[in-house]
Amino acid sequence: MSAPLPQFRLAAPRTVTEAVAAYRDHPGSRFIAGGTDLLVNMRRGIGNPTYLVDLSGIDELAEIRITDDGVTIGAGVTIAALAQNDVIVARYRALAQAAAAIAGPGHRTMGTVGGNLCLDTRCIYYNQSEWWRSANAYCLKNRGDSCHVAPQGQRCHAAFCGDVAPALLALGAEIDISGTRGTRRIFLSQLYVEDGKAHLALADGELVTAVHLPPDPPASAYAKIRTRAAIDFPLAGVAVALETSGADIVSLRLALTGTNSRPFLLAGTEAFAGRCIDDKLLNEVDRLVQKQVQPMRTTITSANYRRVAAAALARRLITTLGTAGAA
Amino acid sequence: MHAPGPEAKKRLLRLRVNGRWREDAVSETALLVDYLREVAHLTGTKTGCDGGECGACTVLVDGEAVPSCITLAVRCEGRSVETIEALATQGRLGRLQRAFHEKLGAQCGFCTPGMIMAAEALLRHNPQPTDDEIRAALSGNLCRCTGYVKIIESVKAATETVHDR
Repeated sequence: MSAPLPQFRLAAPRTVTEAVAAYRDHPGSRFIAGGTDLLVNMRRGIGNPTYLVDLSGIDELAEIRITDDGVTIGAGVTIAALAQNDVIVARYRALAQAAAAIAGPGHRTMGTVGGNLCLDTRCIYYNQSEWWRSANAYCLKNRGDSCHVAPQGQRCHAAFCGDVAPALLALGAEIDISGTRGTRRIFLSQLYVEDGKAHLALADGELVTAVHLPPDPPASAYAKIRTRAAIDFPLAGVAVALETSGADIVSLRLALTGTNSRPFLLAGTEAFAGRCIDDKLLNEVDRLVQKQVQPMRTTITSANYRRVAAAALARRLITTLGTAGAA
Repeated sequence: MHAPGPEAKKRLLRLRVNGRWREDAVSETALLVDYLREVAHLTGTKTGCDGGECGACTVLVDGEAVPSCITLAVRCEGRSVETIEALATQGRLGRLQRAFHEKLGAQCGFCTPGMIMAAEALLRHNPQPTDDEIRAALSGNLCRCTGYVKIIESVKAATETVHDR
């Protein structure tokens, strides 16, 4: 027998309204989408939901709609479906590349857009068995009193490792959220908080239901580094959306994952409008990235390596997109 | 290990396993791999890493290869699940099984059922995959013995025997 799951009840709502109601009516609930991360954590004794609200049977969440106003991607769309969608592959390239690079093929079949956006943060002191964590006095993120990565600090430094978020941030996505108080729409960047223990700005019982992307996106690309070329979470991931006019930059947006407790848009790239892509500009981007990422010792790879690698990925993607745009 | 939660409920699970419909009373917290091994007694599917990282437990659900150690059994209601046991018919090995046997694609054999099921899903979608496509399809499956070369060769060899399965 596999390590047992804790005891819980499972609800299978058919609509978002039913899902929100099921969550509200059962204290100690969690939403479950693909379950590729949540079930692993639960088997390791992390979190102990007594009621799981299964979102996989909600048809309205599983659609990709393409209109003149852009693209709407349901939170229940699987990562595999996203990676293979013709429009996403042709026009929102960073997103398709990010989706295709997530975990392994089986995880992509099960995992969803909403699940990847709301992915729990990760750390070598957290993603361990109950036995391992208890032998180490637990950690700030789960049952413990201090962060083993930064014992002097006050907060958890677990890193956000979703791949879809940086691509969507660079492409200017908004998201729909549903909860007991109705629905709301926010910029994706507003979903995240720089706190490994509470990195999602969702009220209890709220869930992400859809992602909206504007039409006519600029050229974009995503790349990441990881220990193995499949299965592993990113040590650092970078998405770039670049609009050019001739050799000049019209807009450059760059988003990062794997280095901080939240995925974030690089600040200060507005200043690059009107500039051309040369070594000077790449050096400035490199410095901005290295200054704004905050990798900590949350992985087996050193923090400094991830810092330098994130900057290198940024340079490489901008160079590639710039060359393709000029051709 | 876990704080006591509410008693998980058993429910009647109706699904097709290797082509045959069956009904079992299954706990809502049961994982597909445990259901297959402990209830359906199909022990060809292996539990390796026990955390969705190694692919040894790969089975097909509606034709798609998924890790059964992170799949809740009750989520397979009404669906078709196929395991390694489905590939041999009347004592004859399937084409992938035969190819793994002949090309020495198995060493200790523990990862083999998962490798073969992942490869089976690939060949159904794409009967003549390139080496890169085979590598991509098997990228979620780990082997600690062979080093993958023989495994890729085995899948390649299976594509050359298209006449049966």
